[in-house]
Amino acid sequence: MKKKEILVLEDLLGSNKKIAAEIRNNLTQRGILTINFMSSPGAGKTTLLERIAEHLKPKYKMAVIEGDIETERDAERIRAKGILAWQIITGGACHLEAKMIGKLFSEIPPDLDFLFIENVGNLVCPASYDLGENIRCVLLSIPEGDDKPKKYPKAFTTSDCLILTKSDLLSLIPFDSERAQKEALEINPKLKIFVTSSLKDNGVKELVEFFIATHQKLLIQNA
Amino acid sequence: MHELSIVASLFEIMEEKAQEKESKKIISVKLQVGKLSGVVPEFLITAFDMYKKDTIAHDAELEIEEVPFTIQCKTCGKTMTRDDFVFICFHCGSQDLKTLTGKELFLQKMELEL
Repeated sequence: MKKKEILVLEDLLGSNKKIAAEIRNNLTQRGILTINFMSSPGAGKTTLLERIAEHLKPKYKMAVIEGDIETERDAERIRAKGILAWQIITGGACHLEAKMIGKLFSEIPPDLDFLFIENVGNLVCPASYDLGENIRCVLLSIPEGDDKPKKYPKAFTTSDCLILTKSDLLSLIPFDSERAQKEALEINPKLKIFVTSSLKDNGVKELVEFFIATHQKLLIQNA
Repeated sequence: MHELSIVASLFEIMEEKAQEKESKKIISVKLQVGKLSGVVPEFLITAFDMYKKDTIAHDAELEIEEVPFTIQCKTCGKTMTRDDFVFICFHCGSQDLKTLTGKELFLQKMELEL
């Protein structure tokens, strides 16, 4: 019996990264800005998307890919706002992968401006998977506590934006907003931070303006 | 707990490489796992041992080399290891740093029976 050691040096997420890069190239060339929303369950991703839809709908065309372990509920909520939505039911998987987005590719209308992907509610696993997004956002809701950025570093180090949600609860819950923001910036100095309340529609306009400005840049780069 | 998904990707690469070398049996596998890779080495080993049954790696040992999170300061040039993932230079306080290691999730090498 002969034995042989071979050097491989291959990225275990390499095939996901390759598919994600193809998705990003294709959607960017079509003038579509793709945004990946990650958070723990119940941080308010769907509610924020409903509010964003109200802001974008008069002028822009958006669509949403919903990722959940079970049920079509989130996609139904988005559709009720008159927005095109697909539901990916992972059947147990704790995150979305690029190949799942790839399967929907032919159904994405060419005249879209914004494609939002709402990841499975989980502050750990989704952070490892590039979905082909242009902007990655991590949401942190006030009731979850101000200590989360350092406890779940990967979600915060790999994101472009931190969106604090449910800011209307700041007067009721001991959440040190300054600490949360400071500690998030310590592990990722490039984070853009937005403080929002979907319920009161506070801070959502600023977030939407950032998405619109980034979409404009994408169109200019394409031209 | 996405370690099982990672192990499924690992086996795809392992089987492809073994086939290239016309090997029917994998003896050992070594991974490099960065501290900031987002996966837990112990869970990878459990997932690997579950997955390997009835594959060409059924007797294979999995070895994991953990890679620390190291950063280099662009202001003072010093390199350092930080276990808390804080992106601030120990020496001069600068936040202008680059990550050197810690994001790895690599299949480094395998031992095959020929």
